[in-house]
Amino acid sequence: MQAETTRQAMPNLIRPEKKSRWATLRREVTKNKHYYILMSPYMLIFFTFTVIPVVFSMALSFFYFNMLEFPRFVGWQNYARLFLNDDIFMMALQNTFMFAVITGPVSYIACFIFAWIINELSPKVRALMTLIFYAPSLSGNVFFIWLIVFSGDRYGYLNGFLIKFGFMLEPIQWLTDEKYILAIVIIVQLWLSLGTSFLAFIAGLQNVDKSMIEAGAVDGIKNRWQELWFIILPSMRPQLMFGAVIQITGALAVADISIALAGFPSVNYAAHTIVTHLMDYGTIRFEMGYASAIATILFGIMIGTNKLTQKLLRKVGE
Amino acid sequence: MVIKKIAVLRVPHKLNRSFSVSFLLFLLLALFGAFMALPLLYAVNNAFKPLDELFIFPPRFFVNNPTMDNFYDLVALMGNSWVPLSRYIGNTLLITVIGTAGHILLASAAAYPLAKYQFPGSKALFSIVVLSLMFSGHVTAIPNYMVMSWLGWINTHASIIVPSLAFSLGLFLMKQFMEQIPNALLEAAKIDGANEYRIFWNIVMPNVKPAWLTLMILQFPALWGTDGGNFIYSEKLKTLHYALGQITAGGIARAGVGAAVALLLMVVPIALFIISQSSVMQTMATSGLKE
Repeated sequence: MQAETTRQAMPNLIRPEKKSRWATLRREVTKNKHYYILMSPYMLIFFTFTVIPVVFSMALSFFYFNMLEFPRFVGWQNYARLFLNDDIFMMALQNTFMFAVITGPVSYIACFIFAWIINELSPKVRALMTLIFYAPSLSGNVFFIWLIVFSGDRYGYLNGFLIKFGFMLEPIQWLTDEKYILAIVIIVQLWLSLGTSFLAFIAGLQNVDKSMIEAGAVDGIKNRWQELWFIILPSMRPQLMFGAVIQITGALAVADISIALAGFPSVNYAAHTIVTHLMDYGTIRFEMGYASAIATILFGIMIGTNKLTQKLLRKVGE
Repeated sequence: MVIKKIAVLRVPHKLNRSFSVSFLLFLLLALFGAFMALPLLYAVNNAFKPLDELFIFPPRFFVNNPTMDNFYDLVALMGNSWVPLSRYIGNTLLITVIGTAGHILLASAAAYPLAKYQFPGSKALFSIVVLSLMFSGHVTAIPNYMVMSWLGWINTHASIIVPSLAFSLGLFLMKQFMEQIPNALLEAAKIDGANEYRIFWNIVMPNVKPAWLTLMILQFPALWGTDGGNFIYSEKLKTLHYALGQITAGGIARAGVGAAVALLLMVVPIALFIISQSSVMQTMATSGLKE
């Protein structure tokens, strides 16, 4: 602790000479060189596969590039084509928003509500319920179970059940009927969405200061809802922010489930999302510039939504 | 007033709770718990069903005559197929073990300086990591493919393993957890003459074991379930999840074996979580994102 304060005080002493700022920086870097060495393997990979690709993708979105010929600069043409000429992109955009608007908030609230109820249980039951709710996201790649549930013939679990109890006579093609696909993808996504943020919420709830709840009761908090709004939520704000980031990113990135359940591309693009559109152009048509424009828009949407939500969450409990 | 306070303190868990609301909330929990658990129970049951029960109409949830046939068939298939199934399992294990262990090591090494010291660039680097939590890997998929092909890593396991080493959520959680290590401990080691690497390895690492397990729980299922994505083409390099797709594509005759592989894919991460649950919760308590 002491070392930190002296280090912070030092630049102030040396500040007057403008030239020496570089010298100070260099001295700081050499003094801390061990830390840079410790971080370097991670940062090297992180920059190669995450940071530089984002920048590169943005740059590439202004080019026409098919992996064979040399990239050709086309300016805003890719974006113009996306928004003015690509009906399927519009559908993908609409599906993604539809999807995110439902699964994002619902999964976020579900994560919190269930964590909150589970928190009242005794430790052993709590551990068991945590496992039950978290298990689907652990076994995430087994969502083909849902293929059996929603299978289009009579052996499909849902069809068999509905026919047996006389709700209908003919099996329904759940996964190829445009009316149902998006709803089914949403259900399965919700099933999978009690993940990292759910765990963070449970842990956060357990660390809420108990004496604050008691003090609140003395100060006139009458029921659990008031306790939730005035005490628990404000003291969990950091976890709420973290959970929001994870849920929003997950809700906007849906693709794997859509592909596994509805196929790629889905019937009449009924379950087509921004990410599947990106895959279509990036891995099938090899129009890399165009795909990069899609990726850049996805990036913008994700960061924008996250920043906006964080702004809203700062108001919780005020 | 004082008496009231004491009365309150004596029964802290009954505070502000009405029975009827509690009952309704627990009912809700049970209902959704069933929704979460049933598909998984179904998958477990399926793996033990004989073929005739798998195709019974109307479909039955629980198995009547449990059998290990599907697992024997799986072993038989392992020996007979063009690429033995053990190969897929071996590939998956290789990717998962190296990817998970390497990630824990690299993320911890990077988290330690970020959590404990301030130096030029430390704040900027951490905010880039937090920013990267806000978008998914799809955004970088296309440049990644090009980078892989320049590096000549297409169709090697490195294309799956190496990017996963720098998974940003892991660094974030590790850094938040490391912040709780008392500075006095590090100062004391420094006075005793330990250099930064020794401090990291002998003092910091043993103190963040709960966070290791958390990083493992987040990384393991993702790698265990990878199907090789766009990077792996050779049959002999493919993974278990890919094999599952191949087996179920074999049609009705393979349904039983498919269910057995599905169980295998599912059980391992769940078992790991059961073992490490309390450590994971301990780490998650520090996961908050400060403004």
